[in-house]
Amino acid sequence: MKPSLFDYVAPRSVDEAVGLLKEDSGAMILAGGQSLIPAMNMRLASPSRLIDIQNIPGLSHITIGNGKIAVGAMARHREVELHDGVAAANPVLRAALGHVAHIPIRNRGTVVGSLCHADAAAEMPMILVLTGGSVQVAGSDGGREIAAQDFFQFHMTTSRQPDEMVVEAHFPALPPGAGFAFEEFTRRHGDYAIAAAGCILTRNGAGAVATVALAACGVSSKPLRLAAAEQILAGSRLTAADIKAAGDAACAAVTAPGDMHATAGYRKHLFATLVRRAVERAAARAQ
Amino acid sequence: MSTRLFGARIKRNIDPQLLRGEGSFIDDIPLAQALHVAFVRSPFARARINSIDISAAVAHPGVAAVYTCDNVGALDIEMPLLIPHSSMHDARTQRPLARDDVYYVGQTVAMIVAVDRYTAEDAAALVDVDYDPRDVEVDLEKAILDGAPLVHDTHEQNIAAHFVQVSGYPDSAIAQAEHVTKIRVQVDRSTAAPMECRAVAAQFDEVTGELTVWDGTQAPISVRGGLASIFKLDEDKVRVIAPNVGGGFGQKVLLFYPDELLVPMAAMQLGRPVKYIEDRRENFVGSSQERTQIHFMELYAKKTGEVIALRDSFLHDTGAFIPYGIAVAQVASTSIAGPYRIPNIWVEFKAIYTPTVPVTPYRGCGRPQACFAIERAMDQLADELGLDRFEIRRRNLIADHEFPYDREGLIFADGLKVSLDSGQYHKALAMMEERLDAPSFASAQAKARAEGKHLGLGLAFYVEGTGLGPYEGGHVRIHPITGKVYVNTGLTSQGQGHDTVFAQIAADQLGVKPEDVILVEGDTKAFDWGVATFASRAAVVSGNAIHKSAMIVRRKALQAAANMLEADVGDVELKDGAAWVKGTDRKVPLSAVATATNPLRYAFNEAAQAATQFAPASRHDGPSLDEGEHPGLEATDYYSPPCATWAYGVHGALIEVDPELCSVTIRKYVCIHDCGNMINPMIVEGQVMGGIAQGLGGAMYERIEFDETGNMLNANFVDFLVPYATEIPDVEILHLETPSPLNALGVKGVGEAGCIAVGAVVASGVEDALKALGGGKFRHTPITPSMIHAALDAA
Repeated sequence: MKPSLFDYVAPRSVDEAVGLLKEDSGAMILAGGQSLIPAMNMRLASPSRLIDIQNIPGLSHITIGNGKIAVGAMARHREVELHDGVAAANPVLRAALGHVAHIPIRNRGTVVGSLCHADAAAEMPMILVLTGGSVQVAGSDGGREIAAQDFFQFHMTTSRQPDEMVVEAHFPALPPGAGFAFEEFTRRHGDYAIAAAGCILTRNGAGAVATVALAACGVSSKPLRLAAAEQILAGSRLTAADIKAAGDAACAAVTAPGDMHATAGYRKHLFATLVRRAVERAAARAQ
Repeated sequence: MSTRLFGARIKRNIDPQLLRGEGSFIDDIPLAQALHVAFVRSPFARARINSIDISAAVAHPGVAAVYTCDNVGALDIEMPLLIPHSSMHDARTQRPLARDDVYYVGQTVAMIVAVDRYTAEDAAALVDVDYDPRDVEVDLEKAILDGAPLVHDTHEQNIAAHFVQVSGYPDSAIAQAEHVTKIRVQVDRSTAAPMECRAVAAQFDEVTGELTVWDGTQAPISVRGGLASIFKLDEDKVRVIAPNVGGGFGQKVLLFYPDELLVPMAAMQLGRPVKYIEDRRENFVGSSQERTQIHFMELYAKKTGEVIALRDSFLHDTGAFIPYGIAVAQVASTSIAGPYRIPNIWVEFKAIYTPTVPVTPYRGCGRPQACFAIERAMDQLADELGLDRFEIRRRNLIADHEFPYDREGLIFADGLKVSLDSGQYHKALAMMEERLDAPSFASAQAKARAEGKHLGLGLAFYVEGTGLGPYEGGHVRIHPITGKVYVNTGLTSQGQGHDTVFAQIAADQLGVKPEDVILVEGDTKAFDWGVATFASRAAVVSGNAIHKSAMIVRRKALQAAANMLEADVGDVELKDGAAWVKGTDRKVPLSAVATATNPLRYAFNEAAQAATQFAPASRHDGPSLDEGEHPGLEATDYYSPPCATWAYGVHGALIEVDPELCSVTIRKYVCIHDCGNMINPMIVEGQVMGGIAQGLGGAMYERIEFDETGNMLNANFVDFLVPYATEIPDVEILHLETPSPLNALGVKGVGEAGCIAVGAVVASGVEDALKALGGGKFRHTPITPSMIHAALDAA
């Protein structure tokens, strides 16, 4: 469990980092290192060069404004979790961050690093999808913004190009009056989700659902919006039957095969439960 | 003695050092110019090796040597069968480096020695091994079928051992039975996962010819014996040191692992210190595991619930080799009747070779499996007869007046009889009933159910044969300069707190503070008679040996002090580091007594002046030491137990199952246990608590997963789920103290106790919680959410 030989560079600007990415296709960006370094130690990853971005000024920010939370590439999970402005703007981030591994890992790991790692069972990619967020990338041909739905392609695969670097993530603020919930099940505290469901919904004056977003991780090859369940809930008065139907519909999205932690049948059963509980909790919080 | 230290809650001497990071583990030992080892390991569960090409690895910069079976000389051998037994036929053991065949994924094939571990791993990747993979069967029940692929060509079947033991007259008892309960239970494979993986470092001094080996072992004296024998060295030229060791749990009692031989060999050949620090992946694929057993048990009972006979036939997975003999299966088979009278027993096991990591004892060593079988069977019997689970146990527990209770015909893992020596089983059960408020549980359960909650009561009783022989020694000496007490024994600690409890034992005899007792163990230069740390035996065997030695030193000190104080020996007492004339302020420090008992020529300090040859106090005619007399205050004695002493306990829990999440939450966990007289209740509680945590791992989380080709799928802490502190509930521990009649201290072992009953408790509670939902039976651990889902799905 020792990494193979690699070069290390610590650029001082985003432009320099992008230039280094362009000149070496085997290079990888090092931010908090909480996934990459173990992968290197197990020789599952053998980058030719590590581009350490922690000395680049201006990447550690967390700013609230224009209806969104902007999280810089070096902002640590724990900083986002404890940020009161973030919790006020969209409390679903804090709710989910409490499930991201353990505090010592959150102290070093970065939100943007987790998005780029794009584990299909990870919490923060799902939150980006749930909130309808996006990432801002810098590349040798300039920058672009990629919507969450387009960013996550497959387990540990994103639409970031090899010469691009994600510099910031954008999480939209919670809509006024919306309720939210994040429900996850793991066998041990802090593990990757066997399944998790997130929900943001608003209700109209009559109490029916005005808008609803449902998202999931751990159940597929990437974080998902649950369109079929959202459709069932749109306009619903949130009867037990509707909520159950939403949970059952969400199960169709479960494509992850059975593994040592969950049989396929159990994961579906579990996921239906989590979706129901997420909807119920979000509904109870909505004004 | 002012206050008795035996029984006191004294903080562990070693903790400040360890908590400050000042421990000295093997990787902390500075060895100048040390070389580092990495292994090439088999990627196949069973394969023929056609060829091994090491040329690229040899040529790799920084590589000092590459070894295969062809250049290890005397080490191209099958390693020792540690515990021979007649039930095994042609027992197979591993070679340090594979020759011709590999038998499990992870088996060592070649060894790289290089300037650092990074380089060694790079070079290991350059070794080209041409394998011819063979068919494998990793499923225990399929592996014994005719036509199953064989692990060893030397055997016609994959059966490593077959053994039957009988106590009483099971056949005639069975004929008189009015009810029979039959169940199949299974416990899956786990691993000890010590926080510090295994480690070995070696240094050879060419001038003195001394080989020093630092080995994270539980058995340094045995390792030294093996090294001296295999390398044909004088035993006094081999020193084995087990320094601070970060947990063993049985995994480190096996000798030899390949590295324990190959690293010293390389150090001798290369003339530089060599170090092997096992990493976590290697610990999973290369160091012993345990637990897989499948029991088919039958209880033959009267209508009253009185069990009159037991039949159990079980399969025991021994992995690819059986270096530790049948110990695990033998402990399981002799613990099979638990705390119950059951006078007639027929128990059979087959140890099965599977192409997987070898199996040797892991904390519990067969006891958790036996406990799981008998306790699940007792619950089942109660259910079938319409009896309460406490009641069925009450009707079968051995009564206080029946001790010692012998199971004639059963031979324990020490080769001695099974004799449950003492206990208060009924009292323990009654205490549990009270702590869980069992009589009112049914109504609490019904009330919870009305609120949509599913509560269950889990219950299991266990017994544990502890303190096995053959023997250990204790050496006690009072230092003439400092007056501190030095204690040595031959076994060694992996964090249990020996230095504290042994200090309490010695300090009681010698009237010193426990922090003034300095224990040095795990070093063959300090003390080299003894066996090892295993089978919950250190407190019993070394503890009593140290007690005996300390009593001898006490007698010597009192006699010498009486002479110095010109008092009658009966009027002298030892306290506060000095000998006192009782009821007076006349005293002499122990250091001075120790000095005075050592006839001197040179007065190196004030106390020594009194011991020199012209001093008035030492004036005498004839020799300074009479015939048979020894200098100083020092003694060595040994303790050899007549047979194991049996500890026991009962665990109970209130468990909630969420049928939607299929999750298990332990609302209350109570442990009532009895390990005889407690030397230090705080350390006992630590041992029990740690055992329970490890038991919960086996009950709910930990399972080594092999795919059908024998590849381990979860050789890491991401997927092998050792529970975190967040998964461990609060545990209420209550003590009973029934002194063991077998030893002077009245102690029984406690190291393994905590883990034994947990699987049975959780299964019992989950089954109870889901009864109303038709959840069926839980007879297989670990109990996972998927398992609960399947059970509810089938309801």
